[in-house]
Amino acid sequence: IFKINKVCLLKTSSGTHLGFAWGPGDILVYETLYKVRKDEDIYSPILRKLFNESHHIFVGLQTIREDLPSKNKKPQFVSISKNYRSVIRACMEELQQVAEVAMQYGNQVSILLAIELIWNLCEVLFIDAAPAGSLLLHLLDWVRLHKADVDEKAREVLQSESPAEHRDYWDVVVSYVLQGRLEEARQMLVKQATLQPAARKMYKQMDTLLSKMPFYNPGGTQTLTEFDVKWRHWHEEVDRCLQDNSFASNKHLELICKVSDLGDEDTLLEHKDLLSTWYHFLVTRLLFCHPTVKPTELHYYAQSCLTMFLDSRSVPEPLDSILLAAFEFDIHQVIKDCSIALNNWWFVAHLTDLLDHCKLLQSHNLHFGSNLREFLLLEYASGLFTHHSLWQLAVDYFDHCPEFGRVYLELQIERVPLDTERKALKVLRICEQRQMSEQVRSICKIMAMRALRNNRLGSALSWSIRAKDAAFATLISERFLQDYCARGTFSDLDLIDNLGPAMLLSDRLTFLGKYREFHKLYGEKRFREASKLLLSLMTAKIAPRSFWMTLLTDALPLLEQKEVSHHIVRYAVYGQSTPPQKIFSLLLSNIKKTSKYSYLRSCNQRIFGFFSGKNNIKDVLII
Amino acid sequence: FFFRFAAVYVSQKISKSRWRPVSHSSLQQADIFATGSWDNEDNKISFWSIGSHGSSGVEDGFEGDPQLLCEHKHDGDVLDLQFLDQDRIVTASSTGAVTIFRHHQNSQTISVSQQWARAHRYPSDNAPCTGVVCSSPEIVTVGEDGRIIVFRADQEGVIRVIDNADSSTIHAVTYLRTTEILTVNSIGQLKLWDLRQQSNSPSQILSLSGDRVPLHCVDRHPNQQHIVATGGQDGMLCVWDVRQGSTPFSLMEAHSAEMWEVHFHPTNPDHLFTCSEDGSLLHWETSSQSDIPSFLQGGRNSSMTSRSAMAPAGGNQSLINAWLSGDSSKGRLETTHMLPSQTLSVNSLDVLGQCLVCGTDGEAIFVNRQVPV
Repeated sequence: IFKINKVCLLKTSSGTHLGFAWGPGDILVYETLYKVRKDEDIYSPILRKLFNESHHIFVGLQTIREDLPSKNKKPQFVSISKNYRSVIRACMEELQQVAEVAMQYGNQVSILLAIELIWNLCEVLFIDAAPAGSLLLHLLDWVRLHKADVDEKAREVLQSESPAEHRDYWDVVVSYVLQGRLEEARQMLVKQATLQPAARKMYKQMDTLLSKMPFYNPGGTQTLTEFDVKWRHWHEEVDRCLQDNSFASNKHLELICKVSDLGDEDTLLEHKDLLSTWYHFLVTRLLFCHPTVKPTELHYYAQSCLTMFLDSRSVPEPLDSILLAAFEFDIHQVIKDCSIALNNWWFVAHLTDLLDHCKLLQSHNLHFGSNLREFLLLEYASGLFTHHSLWQLAVDYFDHCPEFGRVYLELQIERVPLDTERKALKVLRICEQRQMSEQVRSICKIMAMRALRNNRLGSALSWSIRAKDAAFATLISERFLQDYCARGTFSDLDLIDNLGPAMLLSDRLTFLGKYREFHKLYGEKRFREASKLLLSLMTAKIAPRSFWMTLLTDALPLLEQKEVSHHIVRYAVYGQSTPPQKIFSLLLSNIKKTSKYSYLRSCNQRIFGFFSGKNNIKDVLII
Repeated sequence: FFFRFAAVYVSQKISKSRWRPVSHSSLQQADIFATGSWDNEDNKISFWSIGSHGSSGVEDGFEGDPQLLCEHKHDGDVLDLQFLDQDRIVTASSTGAVTIFRHHQNSQTISVSQQWARAHRYPSDNAPCTGVVCSSPEIVTVGEDGRIIVFRADQEGVIRVIDNADSSTIHAVTYLRTTEILTVNSIGQLKLWDLRQQSNSPSQILSLSGDRVPLHCVDRHPNQQHIVATGGQDGMLCVWDVRQGSTPFSLMEAHSAEMWEVHFHPTNPDHLFTCSEDGSLLHWETSSQSDIPSFLQGGRNSSMTSRSAMAPAGGNQSLINAWLSGDSSKGRLETTHMLPSQTLSVNSLDVLGQCLVCGTDGEAIFVNRQVPV
C-alpha cells in the first residue's frame, strides 16, 4: 500500500508503475509492487542524501553570474556536472552495499547506474563539448568508468598464484586493449612472456607495437593532422604484422593484432561478452579505426554499431535509444526519453537545468527551451513538496522558476502541516521573505486560532502582531474583556501590562490596555488620573457597546468622590468637544435596553442629585 | 579556514546538536556529540563520534567525518536536548513529553531511562515542550503551554509545576544561578524565576522597549552571572545585565532571520556563537584589552552595526564610561561567518574547547575541530 501523494502526469509504460508517487517510500519507481513502510525503508535515507546534496549544488549553480563570458563559465559548468555525478555515484555505492543484503534494491542501483551513464555522456558531448581528438579520449574515459568488472577481474588474476595461467588472464588482456589501456595490457603481457621464454621475441614485438600506438594529446603541440599521419603509420605497421603472420602462432596475440587493425568489426563482434554493450563496441571501434572522429560524425557510427551489436532477436532498450539520441546531439529527445523511460524527475530536472545554463536549450526554439526547464523543475519540486521533510528544499527550486514558481509555491506552502510553532515560524519566514502576504495572514490566523482555542491568549496575540492582523487582535481583546466580565479580574496580566506599541494594532486592543491602566490607577488611588482616563475611554468611542454598562458602573463610585466629581464635571464641560449630556444620553439609551436597567434606576437618585442644578444636563435624565 | 569543517549528510533534519560534557580533570577533548531530528515521520536521537585526537598521524582537522555510534527512535520532534551527565540526555518533544535516554557506551545502544509522557499539554491536546535545562539531578522544562515544570531524574512524578507561568509560548530556559532560572517567550520578555519562592510569579520581567519581538534563545555568561545574551525573531543579538534596568544593555544586528541559538564559549567567554534560520553561523570575538568584553560595553562598535540601548541607571562606572565616551578603541568586536557557503537554516550549535558542531535543515552536520578561541 503506497502512500500516494501525487501522481505523475506522464503516461507510464507499465501498469505496475505509479508514475510519480512521492510518498516517502516511492521516490524512484520500480517494477514490482511491495509494501513500503515509510522512512524505515532502507534506501530512502540514502536517496535523501542525493536530494539534499544535489539541492546544494543546484542553488550554487543558480548563483553563477550571468555576465561572465562563456569561456570562463564552461569549466565551472563541467565542474558542477562532475559534482552532480559524484553525488550520484556516492548514492549508488551506498545503495549497492545495501542491495547486497536485500535483493530488491538492485533495481534502484541499476537505475542510478543508467542515470550516471547518461549524465556522463551528456557532460562529454554537450557540456564539455569536446572537439575531435579530445572527443575520443573523453569517450574512452566514459567507457572505462562504466566497465568496472575489468578491474575486478584483473585484481583476481593478479592475486592468483600464477596470473598468466589464470583462466581469465587473456580476457583481462584483451579487455584492456579494447579499452585502450595499452600500458596495463603490456604489463600483463610481460607475465606471459616470462612464462614462455621461447616466444620471447614475439612478445617483444607485440610490446613494441602496443607501446607505439599514438594517442592524441590535447595539451600538446601536435596538431590533429599530424597525429592522424602518425596514427596511419602505426596502422600500416599493424597491418604488416598481420600480413606477416607475426603472431599467428598465438591466437590471443593474433586477436589483439586484428583488433588493432582498424577495429575489425567481425573480430570485435566475436567478443561481445567482453564488450558487453554496443557503446563499448562503438568506442573501441572508433579508437582503432577513427580516433579523430568529429562530434558530428558520431551518430553515423553509433547507429551502425547499435545495429551490428544487437542481433536480430534483441530489441533496443530505452537506454539504448537515449544514448543514441545523445550521439545524435538531439538534446530534447534525450530529455524526453529520459523523462518517460526512467520516470525520474530528479534526473531530468537537474540535467536540463544545467544544460539550460550552458545555453544549450536555447539554440532550439527559444520559448520551448526555457519552458522545458521550468516545467521539469516544477514537477520535481512539486513532488518534493509532498514529502513531509524535504519540502524545504522545494522552495529554492520554485524560487528559480521565474514564470510559475511563485504561484506553485503559494499553493503548496499552505498545505504544509503546522504541527509546532517552530515549524510554523519557518514556513512564515519563507512567506515573508517572498512577500506572500496572503499566506502570512493565513498561517498566522491558523496559529492564532489554535492558540485561542487552547486559551493561550499571549501566543494568539503574538501571532496577530506578526500578521498585523487588526481583526484578530480585536477578537483576542474581546476574549480578555469577556473573561473580565465573567470573573471580575483580568487574566494574563503579564501580557496586558506589557503590550507596548502592539496596543495600537487595533482599537479594541488599545481599549483593553487603557482599561487595565484605569484599573491600576484606581487601585493606586490615583482617582484624578483614573477618572480622566475613564472619561477619555468613553468619549474616544473605542469602547465596545457591550462594555458601556461596565464603564458606567465603574464611573459611579468616582462620582461620589467629591474632589473627583468636580474634576469630572470640569473636564466634561470644558475639556471635551462632545457635550457631557450627550455622552450620558448615549450610554443611558443603550443601558435602557439591557436588563441592568433596573439596577441603574436605583443609582438614578445619585446621578440626579449630582447633576441637579446644572440646567443643561437635567434633560439627560430619562427615567 | 573554511575547509576545516567536516560535513556529513545524515538524511534527517537536525534540530539539536550537543557535545557530551568532558570532565575537567582529564585533558580530554570533545569527542562525542548527540543530535536530535525533527520534521520526520520517525524522528531519532543519535550519538556520534569524531574520533579521539592524536590517534592517527593525520593532521588535525582533516580527520574523518563524524561516525554514527548508535541511534534511537524519538516520538515527536526533538525540540531541545541536553546532557544530564556523561551517559544520559534529556529531550523535549513536540508531543509534550520529556524523556531521559541512556547511552550504553559498551554496547553502543540507547535505552529509554525515564519518561514523563504528557508533561506539557493543553486540556484537549498535546502541547510541545520547547526547552529543557538540567543540573543533575534537577531538570527544568518549558513549553508552548506556558508551563514551567521541575523534575528530578529518577523520581517519578514532577517536583513542581508553575501553571500559566506565561500567557505566550516559552521558547527557552536556562539557569541563572543554581536556584534561579531565566525564560524567554514569544512576546519578547525575559523572566527571572526564583525557584525557592513558592509564588507562581516571576521575580523580574525584562523586555525591550518598543516592539515585542519574540525571543527564541538565551544563554548566560559563564563567569559573570548577571550577563545574559538573547536572540529572537528579528535576528538581533541582545546582551542584558539582569541586575540593572529592564532593557537590554546592547543590541547588535546579527542575522537576517530568526536566531535559533546563542552560546557563550564555556571557557573562553570573549567568544560568542550564534546560528540562524538565514543559514549562517556567526562567531563573535572581542579583542578588548579590558576584562569586560566589548559587547558588554554597549554602544557602537566599529565593525558591527549596533543600536545603543538606554544607559543603565547607576552600575559599574567603567562600563558607563566606555559606553558614554563612545570609545570603540577600548574594544573591538569582530564577527566571522563560519560556514563556507549558503545552507538552509542552521538550527543548533554547540561549542566545547576548540570543537564546534552544528546541524542544519539541509540534513547536514558540520564539525569544526579548530575553532580559533
